[in-house]
Amino acid sequence: MSKAILGKKIGMTQLFKEDGTVIPVTVIQAGPCTVVQQKTKEVDGYNAIQLGFGDISSNRVNKPLQGHFNKWGVAPKRYLREVRYDDAEMPAVGTEIKVDIFAEGDRVDAVGTSKGKGFAGVIKRWNFNRGPMSHGSMYHRRVGSLGATDPARVFKNRKMPGRHGNKRVTVSNLEVVRADAERNLLLVRGAVPGPKGSLVLIKETVKNRK
Amino acid sequence: MDLVSAVENSCLRKDLPQFRPGDTVQVAVKVVEGGRERIQVFEGVVIRRRGSGLSETFTVRKISYGVGVERIFPLHSPKIAEIKVVARGKVRRSRLYYLRKLRGKAARIKERR
Repeated sequence: MSKAILGKKIGMTQLFKEDGTVIPVTVIQAGPCTVVQQKTKEVDGYNAIQLGFGDISSNRVNKPLQGHFNKWGVAPKRYLREVRYDDAEMPAVGTEIKVDIFAEGDRVDAVGTSKGKGFAGVIKRWNFNRGPMSHGSMYHRRVGSLGATDPARVFKNRKMPGRHGNKRVTVSNLEVVRADAERNLLLVRGAVPGPKGSLVLIKETVKNRK
Repeated sequence: MDLVSAVENSCLRKDLPQFRPGDTVQVAVKVVEGGRERIQVFEGVVIRRRGSGLSETFTVRKISYGVGVERIFPLHSPKIAEIKVVARGKVRRSRLYYLRKLRGKAARIKERR
C-alpha cells in the first residue's frame, strides 16, 4: 500500500533521546489532505489518486480548476499532487488523509523543491576542486578542461556552470520521529529539501521494502 | 503560532536555574559506566551561552591539574541531572574567551551582587 501526504516545511530543530543523544528533526505541517480525484487504469491508463492540500477560497481558483473540483465534488485546494496506487485499494474521493497514516519509526521519502542557487559555477554545482588561490596561479574557480582535442567537440552532459537548485529533489529513507495527528505535525529525522514554507510530499519509502 | 517552538516546548527543561556567562556553576552529569549510572560533577566558569530554544548550549571552563578544560553542555539535555550556581560573576561581555589566556589570580572574576 502506498501512503503519502502533502505538507509544508516549517523548519528544523533537535530533540533529545532519553540517553541524551540529539536527533536533528525537520518539522513538517502535514495534511490534512483530501483525495480530490481517483485515476483508474480504465480511464487514465494507470491507477493513482490526486491529493489536495491547503484550503483556498473558490474565487482564487481559475475556471478550469473549479470545474475539476466541481466534477469530483470536493472543496478547492491550493496544492494538488498525484500519487501512484498500483496494487492497493484506493481511498474514495473526499477521504481525508491525516498524519496518523505514519507512525514513529516508519521510513519515508521526502520530495521537495530545492533552494534555488541561481547561476552557479562548477565548484558549487558539481563539486569540482578549485585551483590555487595564490602564488600567481591566476586559475581560481574556473571550469578547466572540457575534454580532449581529438573529437573536436564537447561531449554531451559535460558538467558546466549554469542554473543550480530549484529542482525536484527526493531524500529517501528518512525516519519518522513523531507523528502528531492532533496538531498535524510530522517530525522527520534529518533534512528535507526546500526552504521553510515550501511544499513537501511525504511518501512511504521505496527502499528497504519488505 | 510558531510550530517549531511548539514542538520544542514539550522538551524544554523548566527546572534549571538562571545563570549567565561569568557565573560559576556545578553541573551534575549522568554518566553511564559499565551499565551503571552515576553522577559526575563538573564545576567551572560559564564562558559562553549560545543558541536558543531546545538547541541552546553553554560552555563551562575549569582548570584541572593545571590544564584548562572546557566542556560544552546542551542546556536541555536529559543527561544533566542538576545545575547549581555556586557564584555569580560580574563580567562585561557575553563570551569570556579572554579567560583562556589568563591563569591564576588574573583569571578571577569579581562577584556580582
